[in-house]
Amino acid sequence: MNTTTVVRKATRHGLPDKYKLFLMALPFILLVLVFSYGPLFGWAYAFFDYRPGIPLDAQSFVGLKWFQTLISSPVQRQEVIRVMTNTIVMSLLNIACSVLPVAFAVFLSEIKVGWYKKTVQILTTLPNFISWVLVYSFAYALFNTNNGFINMLMKSLGVLERPINFLASPDHIWLKMCLWHIWKTLGWSSIMYLAAIAGIDQELYEAARIDGAGRFQVIWHITIPGIMETYFVLLLLSIANFISNGMEQYFVFQNPMNRNKIEVLDLYVYNIGLGGGSFSYATAVSILKSIVSLTLLFVANGLSKVIRGNTIL
Amino acid sequence: MAEKIKVNLRKRNKLTAGDIAFNTVNYLIFGLFTLACVFPFYYLFINTISDNQVSALGDVMFWPVGVHLNNYVEVMKIRGIGRAALLSVGRTILGTGLMVFASAACGYLFTKEKMWMRKFWYRFVVVTMYFNAGIIPWYITMNALKLTNNFLAYILPAIVSPYNIILVKTFVESVPASLEESAQLDGAGYGTILVRIMIPLIKPILATIAIFGAVSQWNAFTDTLFLMSDAKYFTLQFLLYRYLNEAASLAALLKSDPTLMANMDLSKIQTPESVRMTVSMVVVLPILFVYPFFQRYFVKGIMIGAVKG
Repeated sequence: MNTTTVVRKATRHGLPDKYKLFLMALPFILLVLVFSYGPLFGWAYAFFDYRPGIPLDAQSFVGLKWFQTLISSPVQRQEVIRVMTNTIVMSLLNIACSVLPVAFAVFLSEIKVGWYKKTVQILTTLPNFISWVLVYSFAYALFNTNNGFINMLMKSLGVLERPINFLASPDHIWLKMCLWHIWKTLGWSSIMYLAAIAGIDQELYEAARIDGAGRFQVIWHITIPGIMETYFVLLLLSIANFISNGMEQYFVFQNPMNRNKIEVLDLYVYNIGLGGGSFSYATAVSILKSIVSLTLLFVANGLSKVIRGNTIL
Repeated sequence: MAEKIKVNLRKRNKLTAGDIAFNTVNYLIFGLFTLACVFPFYYLFINTISDNQVSALGDVMFWPVGVHLNNYVEVMKIRGIGRAALLSVGRTILGTGLMVFASAACGYLFTKEKMWMRKFWYRFVVVTMYFNAGIIPWYITMNALKLTNNFLAYILPAIVSPYNIILVKTFVESVPASLEESAQLDGAGYGTILVRIMIPLIKPILATIAIFGAVSQWNAFTDTLFLMSDAKYFTLQFLLYRYLNEAASLAALLKSDPTLMANMDLSKIQTPESVRMTVSMVVVLPILFVYPFFQRYFVKGIMIGAVKG
């Protein structure tokens, strides 16, 4: 039957199905080519002394100069160490906090009042759907020194003499960023675990209770093992993203006072590149970052294969 | 044995002191965190509808004072806001629509084993999820394509989404092949099958990716930052960012004509705070409106994503 269809089509439209299907997908393939592969050619700029507005062949070729710049002087090395420290600390904090959604899901499952559970779930998921700009707007409204809620509250309670400038000060900035991250994503990240818990065989719970297991024993021996698989996959993915913590959150919260501590790798590339005009140097950093990221991805994938017997890619 | 079970069951029904303590703490902690998630939304809202002078002093903390809606009327008069809102809505509708169609088309086409070099092209598209050239090469490319200060920059790069294509493809594979074969026998081409048969069948997954796509289009902010220098192309999110960071640009927008000020009710005159908060509310309201209706799609979406494509 298939062959007759093919033959009929081919004679009617003059083009075999296999090319027709390809032609239909072609516009989308071209979009991918232009927007995802196209920029890869821009990596060439890392080997030139790029100045905007001049075509590439008129620029001077500098070889690996920009890669050497990265570690050339003590000042520069310090800069790299600073940015990498920010990046790694922020990633480590976020990875350490990845157990929170697990705990959230486990303890929310202990709540047996349906409407309460549902309300908590819906309202805590909401912050995930607003932009980081809006999160910053909230942060500004709540924490600014003039009329921010927290400062006003502390003042009226008499705990505070002078307002604290939470947003500008670089103190505990890593922790603050981590807390905002938790505020925004905790409810959302827990959904996957809640679903995994819902999928656990209820008979296991019944059996454990009949055997006299207490609440925490049930959690430890049934619930936790039931969601470990999910947790593990997400943990591996976060290893793959270890140096890519994105720039949006840090960009909106950055200011001249906290910049040194908040500048993660992605933000640094933006600040020196589009912000500072060092296109070639920023591209060189991007290339190194991509190589490390890909390596981490393969490491995570390999780990997954060894430990779980299944890949994540 | 049976007796023991009964005893145990009875024990389950009666809460021990430990249970009560646990439940109290558990309910309390979840209650507090939920409150922390919702309060900022509420706080901004009561401040936008309160007396602007009281609000500027920080005295609107738990409930509105001197309720008025003038801020929402005034904010619409700020130069550039209407246009920014139009751009935000435009990119959300157009960008999401095209992305959903492209995902449906690619998800369907890549299941067709007859396609020339299908495996290669599928991998060619999907592998782009895992690498990123970096923002400078991206910027240079967009610049070369004349997509800086161009509305199309919001639309074109977002049309093909490898992740969504995987989701749709997985869904298409679960559709019984017989449905398609009978249409094929009736002489329907691939395009007709896609539009008439496949898209109606895979509506649930399309709805899910549409919701996620729309949220990310509405919330997008960095593309404006990277690519647009002309204020004509600023979206709402970007304007909000500017109002939050550039007090000077904000002050210039506010009415500063003293004769005009004298005739106005002080409680309704805009302050930098009122503008910031009101624009924030305008940006978040669409999300708040659609959220209750689409919450189950959001949840469904993350669940589908959990199953590897």
